[in-house]
Amino acid sequence: MQFWPLMKNTFLLCIIGFVIGFPLPIIISLMLNAMKSKKMSKVLQTIFNGPHFISLVVLVGMLTLFFGRYGLVNNIAAHFGGERVSYFLESSAFRPLYILSSNWQDFGWSAIIYIAALSNVDLGQHEAAILDGASRFQRVIHVDLPAIMPMISVMLIMSIGGLMGVGYEKALLMQTDGNLGVSELIATYVYKQGLTGVPNQSYATAIGLFNSVINVVLLIIANTTSKKFSENSLW
Amino acid sequence: MSVKTAAKKNSPIRLGAGDKVFYTINTIFLALMALIVLYPLYFIVIASISDPDAVLGGRVVLYPVQLTLDGFRKILERADIWRGYLNTIIYTLLTVVLSLVVTIPAGWALSRRTLPGKKAFMIYFIIPMFFGGGLIPFYNVMSSLGLVNTMWSIVLPSILSVWNLFMTKTFFESSIPDGLIEAAKIDGAGEYRVFTSLVLPLSKAILAVMALYYAIGQWNSYFNAMIFLQDETMYPLQLVLKEILIASESTVGGSGETILEQFRLANQIKYVSVIVSSVPVLLLYPFVQKYFSQGVMIGSLKG
Repeated sequence: MQFWPLMKNTFLLCIIGFVIGFPLPIIISLMLNAMKSKKMSKVLQTIFNGPHFISLVVLVGMLTLFFGRYGLVNNIAAHFGGERVSYFLESSAFRPLYILSSNWQDFGWSAIIYIAALSNVDLGQHEAAILDGASRFQRVIHVDLPAIMPMISVMLIMSIGGLMGVGYEKALLMQTDGNLGVSELIATYVYKQGLTGVPNQSYATAIGLFNSVINVVLLIIANTTSKKFSENSLW
Repeated sequence: MSVKTAAKKNSPIRLGAGDKVFYTINTIFLALMALIVLYPLYFIVIASISDPDAVLGGRVVLYPVQLTLDGFRKILERADIWRGYLNTIIYTLLTVVLSLVVTIPAGWALSRRTLPGKKAFMIYFIIPMFFGGGLIPFYNVMSSLGLVNTMWSIVLPSILSVWNLFMTKTFFESSIPDGLIEAAKIDGAGEYRVFTSLVLPLSKAILAVMALYYAIGQWNSYFNAMIFLQDETMYPLQLVLKEILIASESTVGGSGETILEQFRLANQIKYVSVIVSSVPVLLLYPFVQKYFSQGVMIGSLKG
């Protein structure tokens, strides 16, 4: 495979994954924090964290069970007269499956850090806002959200730095002949070129290194930008 | 929902109509999310104890149909799964013990301001967090060390995670006061004595968190095993599962009839193996989850 398609696949998967996966835990943590019943909020957190501990192999196995040709999703579609689709052989389904399953697995876990930050919000600010007649929703936007902004920027820098380091271990598990056109990433290609079949190690090492360099450049850009516009930076 | 207790604590003022709408929408949305998280897990369980034909025919949706434990009976006969289980337990135990031996003292040393060359050590540890040599050099190093196809190729690369190291360091920085250490030193305790008799007994929380993190990481990993192990009898559970759960999907071809038959036989085993392999982790999870979240919070103290 050519280098640029690999680059494009890696980049698109990361960007789309980031656009969905970054805000979701923030929204969830704000919502959990704004629940009236703290007990129920705790129960929900426990439920949301659970999938984080499922292994990638099992997660992808579950995906094949649900989205395979004779899986639950197709069974339901067929029940309503739809066509059976082998989602794993469709290249158009790869990114949605990958990103949605990642979010399913980790949104609760990623929310913990924000929930921890939210628990330190000054109650006096909330009381002052209530006296000023702010609704609960307004307090979420004007009290809670600003309070976790520093944490959000740190997490933003970190995730931009790790942007191109997507979970290739998962992509590798999800690859089929049908979706290879979009599921082949830099890292999975490096693995195949360098360690399977007839190895071409120097080429594989070179593109792997290139990937690392992009990552570092992204991290430096993110950190510098954040330093310029806010007080927050990693170094 | 226990509206009364929470309302008492949080808002001294009566709820406005807008707030009622907000709370309702909030709760409904989060309940939906909980359903989305729980249903797939629930489905795996009911599918594993239902008749495979009913599962394939789409008749199992909300509750098990034609209860059967055949799947579990079949999986008891699978020698490869149980061998994988045993291998994984061995790898996990070794990883946990060695990782604690490495991570805890390193975290303690890095947390002390008196450590000579502290900044240099920190940079040395930070670099691989964002910049790695890559997969091929990693493989070649392991190969040159003669570790390929030994269990050390699984255990050794996992015994230090820089994330965990920094979490440990942050824990020590925030929870062991300098004054305590100085007092012990005035009483004549050396560095080693301070670490073993004073610091370790105060660090049970971080020891638990680290042991759990490393254990889960090793229990769930498959990639290193896939690239380093050729001998199937050494395969960890996840690699065995990979063959059962995933390998078949991409190779399926041929006519509809054979596919269906293949699925009928393999499907139940898949559901059951998902359960069997995740049971230890999921059973443990409710009891240890507070430690896990504690870990994340320790790590976040700095940020």
